[in-house]
Amino acid sequence: MPSPRETDPATPAIRFAGVEKRFGDNVVLQGLDFEVARGDRVTLIGPSGSGKTTILRLVMTLEEANDGYIFIDGEPLTHTEVDGERVQLKEHHRNEMRKRIGMVFQQFNLFPNMTVMENLIEAPVHVLGMSKADAIERGRELLDRVGLVGKEDAHPSSLSGGQQQRVAIARALAMDPEILLLDEVTSALDPEIVEDVLAILRDVARTTDITMLIVTHEMQFARDVSNRVMMFDGGRVLEEGDPETIFTSPREERTRAFLSAVLGT
Amino acid sequence: MIADLSALWAAVPQVLEGLGITVLLTVCGAILAFAIAVALGLLARSRAVLVRGLARVVIEFFRGTSLVVQLFLFFFVLPQIGLSMPPIVAGVIALGLNYGAYGAEVVRGSIAAVPTGQWEASTALSLSPVHRMRRIIIPQAWALMIPSLNNLLIQLLKGTAIVGFITLFDLTVALDKLRIATDVFFAYGVGLLLYFVLAYILTLGMNALEVRAKHRLGQGESLREALSFRSPVPEDGVAQGRAAT
Amino acid sequence: MSGLSWNWQHVWDSLPSLLEGFFTVTLVVTVVSSIIAAVLGLVFAILRRSAPAPIAAAVTFVVNFIRMTPIVVQLLFVYFTLVALDPLTIGIIVFGVHYATYMAEVYRAGIDSVPRGQWEATTALSMSRGRAWRAVIIPQAVRATLPALGNYVISMFKDTPFLIAITIPEMVSNALDYGGDHFRYTEVIVLAGVIFLLASYPTSLLIRRLEQRIAFTT
Repeated sequence: MPSPRETDPATPAIRFAGVEKRFGDNVVLQGLDFEVARGDRVTLIGPSGSGKTTILRLVMTLEEANDGYIFIDGEPLTHTEVDGERVQLKEHHRNEMRKRIGMVFQQFNLFPNMTVMENLIEAPVHVLGMSKADAIERGRELLDRVGLVGKEDAHPSSLSGGQQQRVAIARALAMDPEILLLDEVTSALDPEIVEDVLAILRDVARTTDITMLIVTHEMQFARDVSNRVMMFDGGRVLEEGDPETIFTSPREERTRAFLSAVLGT
Repeated sequence: MIADLSALWAAVPQVLEGLGITVLLTVCGAILAFAIAVALGLLARSRAVLVRGLARVVIEFFRGTSLVVQLFLFFFVLPQIGLSMPPIVAGVIALGLNYGAYGAEVVRGSIAAVPTGQWEASTALSLSPVHRMRRIIIPQAWALMIPSLNNLLIQLLKGTAIVGFITLFDLTVALDKLRIATDVFFAYGVGLLLYFVLAYILTLGMNALEVRAKHRLGQGESLREALSFRSPVPEDGVAQGRAAT
Repeated sequence: MSGLSWNWQHVWDSLPSLLEGFFTVTLVVTVVSSIIAAVLGLVFAILRRSAPAPIAAAVTFVVNFIRMTPIVVQLLFVYFTLVALDPLTIGIIVFGVHYATYMAEVYRAGIDSVPRGQWEATTALSMSRGRAWRAVIIPQAVRATLPALGNYVISMFKDTPFLIAITIPEMVSNALDYGGDHFRYTEVIVLAGVIFLLASYPTSLLIRRLEQRIAFTT
């Protein structure tokens, strides 16, 4: 388990300060500042290309910001300022920070050369140093939680999309992360199966205090689970607030236009 | 067709001896080539420019010069600068380096072909780069690289036919003896057939490995279900062409 | 006569005979055999695809057999059977046929890579078979095959020293002759290697560039 930290509960779990991210000439995020408090469930909404997924990928260190700083529990994630200069932190530090963060992907990304159980215990055993027996027990608990008891020896290729995504959620939870990133986790699933997966995520939100950063098109789910919604456009936070306010009476015209296009209202 | 039965009988042991050398060269050459291919293939992906550059130079050198030149390099040139070795060693090293360099491209390309999602999921689980390569990427890349490696293996087998130039008594040299004892058609007919059978056996072996590798990834039938002759040529003529240079 | 010393004199002295071998044999065989291989390979590919089943099967078997057996053995076989022909001609024919079997596969892949929808469109437009091949299929198939053909030409170029087996005086055998005469192989073999590298490496880079440009415009 990540080492317990004496963090002041007021310290935000995630803080972006002046973050800029470019892909070639395309500036996706610019001067981005926002905070996510511990235990928050924040949904990021907005048109594609607005930078929502990029934010998740930056937190997960799958991408690196071109400028600005990201803080996890008050500690810098990849870069820090030394004598006015932006300096990259050592590999070791980034690896330690990364252990507190987990992610579930749109395409599941289960390891095809391993069984379900092997997928679940791989990281806990080799990264967290858990004993194999403990990891297997935890794996079984999680499989039970996501409703896939009895599938531990199955290969990912023999599972349906929804089942694979549930294993992916269990795999991320097996690392006991403080922050869970959900990147359009139901977008690649058949509509009938979407609800099964969302039910599990609702359960996770209800029974734990993991900080969650969610990118989704499932607006009802966003309303149920989040305590904050942030509308992104052009790499900036256009507006934010609690779900009820944002969904029923948004302040910005752009937000209204986006919501009516997505929700068909 | 066969002029003298007793001459044929006398020639058979020689053919077998030649066959033995050919098989030995192929097996040892292939093992060395694979080791070199993996080493160079991984080094060619290094983030350190110097390492990557050095690997590139070695790869391009052994791909760009002819196998025959390399053979002579190890057999004629190295002894003149003090490093002598028995011809069979020169043969194995030249074959290993030449086909290992081609193999490096195959290894590198297969690793790059593993879906990005696998790399990202490994990062999301904080797996170390070494661990990720060993447990996640290479098992998946392995299944992808087998068809191209099969092609190279057959080319290696065919490449052994020139070791007569460095005084080794392989199957091709033995065929000359057989020709004298019998006649051209019989001798070379048998010879070509022997090479063909060897290539067929190697291909069957590689196909079996591929079936097993894919099965481990949850794709496809088990070994039992798939025992049939499959052409050693992969579907992609372009890749094969690229692999040939 | 040993040691790590490099004697440039050997390089200059042997260069003429090496270049002679290069231009009179290596290049000649590469160019002529490539043309034979390109044409014959296309014939093989078309036969395998469009001929009646027994003929297609026979062609497939012969193509595979030739492809999977060593060129050297094939060279020797033809050398001892067609005694009337001079070695160079034999070399050109055998290389041509052997590489035609590789080209056949490249053509097949190229033709297969043209999407089914293209064939269907020609049917929908009532185009004749011949016109469909000429105007639609072959232009698209060629994009995929050109780089592979180029790579095989380079490969053939590097295989030309196999001709030593049937006593053809090409570049490497000339190098060996010089080496034997002077008891000194180092400079002359390295020179041969360098000549190969100088000819093949830039060409293969060009082909890779061509491949990228073709892929980009598809």
